[in-house]
Amino acid sequence: MEQSTSPKFKQNAHHALHDASLQRALGRLKTGFKDKRLAAIADMPEFEQLRDTARDIKNHTLANLDHYLTAFEANVIANGGHVHWCADAEEARQTVLKICQDKKAKSVLKGKSMISEEIGLNAFLEKQDLKVVETDLGEYIIQLRNEPPSHIIAPAIHVHKEQVADSFRQTHKGRDINRPLDEPRDLLDEAREVMREHFFAADVGITGANFLIAETGTSVIVTNEGNGDLTQTLSKVHIAIASLEKVVPTLEDASSILRVLARSATGQEMSSYTTFSTGPKRDGDLDGPEDYHVILLDNGRSNMLGTEFQEMLRCIRCAACMNHCPVYGAVGGHAYGWVYPGPMGSVLTPSLIGVDEAGHLPNASTFCGKCEEVCPMRIPLPKMMRHWREREFEKHLGPQSMRFGIRLWAWFASRPALYGKATGLAARILKSIGGRKQKIGKLPLASGWTDIRDLPAPQGKTFKQLWAEQQAAKKA
Amino acid sequence: MNQSSSSSRNAILGRIRKNLGRGSGPRDAPAEVVARLANPPRNIMPARAQIDHDAQLDLFVSMAKGVAASVTRLENMDGVPAEISRYLAEHNQPAVVRLAPDAAITGLDWAKTTLEISSGVAGPHDMVSVTSAFAGVAETGSLMLRSGPDQPYTLNMLPDTHIVVVKTSQVVGTYEEVWSLQRQDQGRGTMPRTFLWVTGPSRTGDIEQTIQLGAHGPRRLHIVLVNDET
Repeated sequence: MEQSTSPKFKQNAHHALHDASLQRALGRLKTGFKDKRLAAIADMPEFEQLRDTARDIKNHTLANLDHYLTAFEANVIANGGHVHWCADAEEARQTVLKICQDKKAKSVLKGKSMISEEIGLNAFLEKQDLKVVETDLGEYIIQLRNEPPSHIIAPAIHVHKEQVADSFRQTHKGRDINRPLDEPRDLLDEAREVMREHFFAADVGITGANFLIAETGTSVIVTNEGNGDLTQTLSKVHIAIASLEKVVPTLEDASSILRVLARSATGQEMSSYTTFSTGPKRDGDLDGPEDYHVILLDNGRSNMLGTEFQEMLRCIRCAACMNHCPVYGAVGGHAYGWVYPGPMGSVLTPSLIGVDEAGHLPNASTFCGKCEEVCPMRIPLPKMMRHWREREFEKHLGPQSMRFGIRLWAWFASRPALYGKATGLAARILKSIGGRKQKIGKLPLASGWTDIRDLPAPQGKTFKQLWAEQQAAKKA
Repeated sequence: MNQSSSSSRNAILGRIRKNLGRGSGPRDAPAEVVARLANPPRNIMPARAQIDHDAQLDLFVSMAKGVAASVTRLENMDGVPAEISRYLAEHNQPAVVRLAPDAAITGLDWAKTTLEISSGVAGPHDMVSVTSAFAGVAETGSLMLRSGPDQPYTLNMLPDTHIVVVKTSQVVGTYEEVWSLQRQDQGRGTMPRTFLWVTGPSRTGDIEQTIQLGAHGPRRLHIVLVNDET
């Protein structure tokens, strides 16, 4: 996935807004995730305190990240597992490949993992002649469609059931071509059947990790389907790939954060399966993997520590921010052009691939503040997007016209008397352009707005005029 | 650890220490880190689960039903085979059952039923499994299942129908209480290969956000809650 189309965000977004199929899919976000989240939170009176607790746990962990990572490492090793520290995507890919080669593996099963998307693992392994199968239903669907995920917990949210049926008919050979695949149930049953064959033939199973627990050397996955469990249990080798900031101190700390994770994500009280995996199978165990590896990926995260972006490392990838974002809701995930969409992606992506590449993303915000309001980890996403905008401005990455506009505004704004007169005049002119409908359909230099929708015309006095009148009235 | 991983390890830890503003060399963990790992403190726990034991049992049952599990309460273990036979007939499931190789399960009087039983790991053709639980958590109606020689993990995931026997004395209020029991049972810092929380049967919403039960794991989860308290 490494290659991004983030620099083309504007074109991507324009295209997305005119994609009727995508717009229909995005319409399901409200009932799918938002309403369920509200209901789950209503049932948990301590939710706000749980958010504070979750934030404090992660802050404490990040402030002691080296200690908790080394404790985690020691406990993985003590339980017979292996830890691989990987500075960047290439090192992580090579490490996974080496593990596969050492086991003479031919097939690799994947549980859902955003880190594997971040490092472009599937394409890389396929080039090495390994057969890679995504086992999560949503990931499997987009793998068949040769697309990246458009949402971090619902990767195929942009796909309709008819499109899934088409992909299945093309891929699953040897079945009756006229079999019914009209309903989600038909599609799921077929996927379940096909996947069973893969599960029993796998050499290496790769999962992500929602948490790494320092106290016990455990990796945790939070899932609903059970595919991750089968992936890591039926394969000879289990590889968990995770970024550094997934570590938490203890089982209790993981449990506290779990109380806000599913509620914020899918609106469930708890996901169907929360799986704590520690080391390879034990003496006497009748099933389970022979080897257990953890890939610890940095890929730019250690350099977020000590900066204004450190708090982003609290993110637990619940997707509440994108589920509630008006921009994500309008354009979907692919428009963002890299692995992580929505508000969390707008902050994280410039940190990982550079603001020169991803500078559009922190601008793709209405600053409504909803993302911060719903973030279970209380990450100040809008503030961080503003930091990126400042960096972008300092590096002269924005368009020249914007710099000119800001300079012009600054010139007026630093001359209050003139500013008052000019804005008063502008308000009157805009009102007259607006006419009886009080709307402006076309305005020079503002086509970016007026091409898509009307601009409401100002209806009277400026803020400064109203303020002055109010103050005068108070004195009187 | 190979050479490259070792040099990346030092580089990553060095960057973390430098960016946290405390020099690049290793340093002993501060007392609060050592203490947190040695004696994990409990954080805030929901009031809804901090109730008397009978109320916890009721909450456990209602929460489990709320996530599409079914629950039958029995007065003693002797009734378990008949209950499983009844459940399978009611749901039109095969009377062929794979048991966890756990004496508490295999030692029951299965001959009283017409069920065909065997025990061990689950394979591709096993449609029904019966396992025991380490604990039940009232807070969310979750089952706590540990892998081990007597509890093969595949039994939890491969069969269409997963039946779990849990005793009333094993039901606690919160996850924190489970971790205390785990430390008492296997020692501090020790975990089985897999410690699984199961909250309802397998499900997915990946096609048009329509929730479907039975994605890749069990389609049905049946809990037999057996009274072992007076």
